[in-house]
Order: sequence, then C-alpha cells, then structure tokens
Amino acid sequence: MRRKIVSSPRVLLCRVTFQFSAQYLLVWSFWKRQFRGNMFRNQYDNDVTIWSPQGRIHQLEYAMEAVKQGSAAVGIKSKTHAILIALKRAPSELSAHQKKILPIDDHVAVAIAGLTADARLLCNFMRSECLDSRWAYDQALPISRLVSMVGNKSQIPTQRYGRRPFGVGLLIAGYDSAGPHIYQTCPSANYYDCKAMAIGARSQSARTYLEKYLDTFAECSLEELVKHGLRALRDTLPSEMNLNTKNCSLGIVSVDMKFKIYDDEKVASYLALIEGEERSTAAPDGEEGDAAAPATRTDLQPPVPVSAAADGEEGMES
Amino acid sequence: MATPAFPTSFVPGPLWGNGPTPGQVYNFPGAATAPDQWGTQRTLNPSVTTTSVLAVKYKDGVVMAADMLGSYGSLARYRNCPRLQKINDKTILGCSGDYADFQFLSNIINQRVVEEECLNDGFSYTPPGLHSWLTRVMYNRRSQFNPLWNTYLVGGIHQEKPFLGYVDKIGIAYEADTIATGFGAYLALPILRDAVEKNKKMEEKQAVELIDRCMKLLFYRDARSLNKYQVAVVTKKGSEIRGPIVSEANWEIAHMVKGYE
Repeated sequence: MRRKIVSSPRVLLCRVTFQFSAQYLLVWSFWKRQFRGNMFRNQYDNDVTIWSPQGRIHQLEYAMEAVKQGSAAVGIKSKTHAILIALKRAPSELSAHQKKILPIDDHVAVAIAGLTADARLLCNFMRSECLDSRWAYDQALPISRLVSMVGNKSQIPTQRYGRRPFGVGLLIAGYDSAGPHIYQTCPSANYYDCKAMAIGARSQSARTYLEKYLDTFAECSLEELVKHGLRALRDTLPSEMNLNTKNCSLGIVSVDMKFKIYDDEKVASYLALIEGEERSTAAPDGEEGDAAAPATRTDLQPPVPVSAAADGEEGMES
Repeated sequence: MATPAFPTSFVPGPLWGNGPTPGQVYNFPGAATAPDQWGTQRTLNPSVTTTSVLAVKYKDGVVMAADMLGSYGSLARYRNCPRLQKINDKTILGCSGDYADFQFLSNIINQRVVEEECLNDGFSYTPPGLHSWLTRVMYNRRSQFNPLWNTYLVGGIHQEKPFLGYVDKIGIAYEADTIATGFGAYLALPILRDAVEKNKKMEEKQAVELIDRCMKLLFYRDARSLNKYQVAVVTKKGSEIRGPIVSEANWEIAHMVKGYE
C-alpha cells in the first residue's frame, strides 16, 4: 500500500514559497549585478532620452569620453591665419597613420578626434553644404553658419529614442569674409568659437600651453603660430615619444591662400622649427581618458590586433 | 429558347447633356490653369506685363529706374505697380515682364531676407550672391518648361565696387556697366553706353540725369510705358528708392500730325 506523501497545507505552502522565492532570488541577483561594476554605472544611462536626477544625460557624457579617447588635435588662429595641427595614430605597425585633418572646401578644414566613421559622416555633410553655397550663391559658406548646421544636425540624435550621439569632436578651422575662425564641436551638439583649442587624449597639457601664450596669438606671424601649435601638440606626448613626419599633420588657411594640408615630408620643414627645443612639460601618465576605458593607452602599448581589443573600441577611434 | 425581349445588361441613358458626368472630375469652364488629362499645364503667356528697367553704374554706385505701369496687353491697366525692390543696404532688384511672377519671387526673396536678418550673424545677401541665386532659380524653371516670365536687374555695392547684373527668363545671366531690358535695350541702351564711354566715373547727379532722359525717351517711344517712374540709387552709404517721379512730356508736335485733332 502506497503511502501518500505528506501534504499538509503548511508543508505545501512552504514548498511553494521556497520555489517562488528561489526564482525571485535568481532574478534579483541579476538585477543586483547591474549595480556592480561593468554592466551599467547607474540606472539613468541606458538611453540618451533619459535624464538623471541631477539633470544630466549620461549618454552625452559618455559620448564626450569617446572624443577624449582620440589622439590630440590643436587649432590656433591669428589675425591673418588659422591653423590645425594633429597627432596621427596608427592602429598597427602595418597600417598607415589615420588621417586627422580633412579638407571641406577651399576655405575650411576639420581636425577630428573620436570615432572616425562618425567624423566621415559629418565631414560629408559639411562638404555638401559648402558645395551647395558655392553652387547657389557663388560664395564661400561663412564658417559660423557651417558650424551651426553641424550643431543642428548633431542635436537630433541626442533627443531621439533609439539613436546615439555622434562620437566625434571636431576642430573646424576656416577663413571667411569675417576673418579666420576656430570652432570646436562636441557630441553634445554644443559648439564654441575659440581663439585656440585642443581636443583629444591628454589635450589638457596642450590647453595649458595655449592659455599661457593666448595673448600673443593675434599678432603672431605664420611661423610663430605653427611653432606654438607644434609645441602645444608635443606637450600631449609622453616624454619618450616625439613628433615626427609620420605622426604629425598640419593645415593652414589664410585670406589669399586656399586651405593647405601638409603630411609626411612636407611637415618636416615646420618640425625643424622646434627641433632641439626643450620641452616645457611632458604629459604625466594616466592623465586623461582613463575614466571610461580600462587603462589601455593605445599610443604606448605595442600594436594590439583589433580582435584582441579589450572593449572593441581601439579599431574605431583615432 | 426564345431570345430575351429586353437587353440583359441594363445601362441607363444619360440623365442630362452638356454637364458634369456623375462620378467624374468636372473641370469648370473658364479655368485658366485647370489640369488636363496630361498633367499640370504651364502658362506660356504673361498676363499683366511691365516694360523696361534701366540701370547704369557710376563712380559711387548704381542707379536703376523702372516705370510704374502694369499693362494688360495693350491696355494701360494698373498705374501703380512698383518694380524696384530694396533687398538690403547694398542690394536693389528691378524686374520687368509678368507682374505676378515678380510678386511671387519677390515674396520668396523677402522671406529669405527676413530669415537672414533673424540669423543676425553679420552676413547678408550680396549683389553677386543674389544674382547667382536668381540665375539658378530662373534656369531651373526654364528647364522645367515653366519659366518665370521676367527679366531681373540686380544692382549694388560689393567689396567697395558697384555691381550690376542681368538675369533672363531663360537663365541667361551677365554683368555689365549699363543694362536695359525690353524696349529699353533698343532705345535707351545706346544712349547709356555712349554716356558711360565718354565718362566712366560719373557723379550721381549726372547718372540720375542720364536715367531721367532715357525714361522720358521711353515714354515718348514705347507704347506700353508710363511717365510715372521710380529711381533707385545704391551707394556704400545705403540704398534708397526715390519716386514716384512724373515727367512732363511735350506733345505739341501732335498738332502737326495730319488728321490728329
């Protein structure tokens, strides 16, 4: 005769409660894991359409971090010239250094820092707008108008569910009927009119240098201006690295001169201007760009194959 | 198997003749631009037209003049049609041809000027910029076989120098020191050119006198003109439209015409 398994109400209840709470424990442990380290930093950074209680949009701030991962670029203007100097990075020893200064029109060019693919998109847009102005009005597009168009375009994905901000910062240098201009644009869709600016990895040292000599830029000759720019860029490099013709890119525009971009051997004569000079500051290690990513300083480590990248970011940015 | 005495498919006869068919789109009679079965029509004839515009470059700027008549064919129907438009302090626009097309484009241009004022960034329409834009618009319409039936003159100051440009309804565009459209091209242009050849750096007074003389001549000889006209002057100090000026004409010769009482 089979004995019935005891099933008093109390036992049943215990059994059910146990099963139920086991499942709940499982769910709860996954949920709790979100608060531990790597998945998300907080519960307000999943989408760009979510405000944090402090009034911040974390996705925008994370996008700005992407700009800080890109290599440095410096822009300075005087009364007569606007220049861009950028540090090129090579993803591996086998590949060429990534172009950093892109021409837009005869009177404008941009230096990019961050996701190169996003930069290409914005660059194509800017070229299209400049061409349009030349076709319709037979005139160069004023830089301020071009920059505000970029700002308007960048703002759209910062306020739409399912989209992400552009992960690139631009330094736009140009010359129009109102003189030379340097503008900085951010993934947050803000743009700033600057006398001089530096963006990218370890760019704080460059900005410190530029602030020091800010009052002298307006009256500088072209040669002086380029020297300042090269010195500022050099300050973003660690002490054992130096600017050379492979990793340095220079662009100059002026009233009677179309935008010219110098690469490789053509930079050599400008680099010679600061050769032998003592470096005023060397960037302290681990200064910037470590907040978001673990300490992969892609400039210093031996070239890492893309598939082995820690968070898959190295192949995208320059 | 007798054949049926009545038709198997019964189609009712028309309820009325010479009128709209039920269920069909009805094109009311007399509609000028009603779409026909081939799509949208294009108007190929202007209705209210205006006659010549003249302009001449002088030492400090540009003088432009146009009378104020809108003709309905040969009828001098509307005698207060301003055809000179101030775009901004350094640009003026004059137009001849179909008046409605001028009003259409004029509205669009005004809208753009206002938008640009709102931008408030120190950049405004320049005479060559407007000239280029107009050329694109006119040529585009011509390429669609739906032209704006106008001829435009754009005058102004650009980089301290006077500018004067012409744009046609078929997109022909050029710049010159003296330009006249319509009948003015035959009657007034030779006089303007001759004066400029003799004196390239005219003063404003001389230029305005020259224009007045040409407008008078046109009133005598152009059968679609009026003696009431406006004059626009652009210098680096700014632009203004003067008028309406009514020129006195001497018709004493009429008494000498046999048969004219």
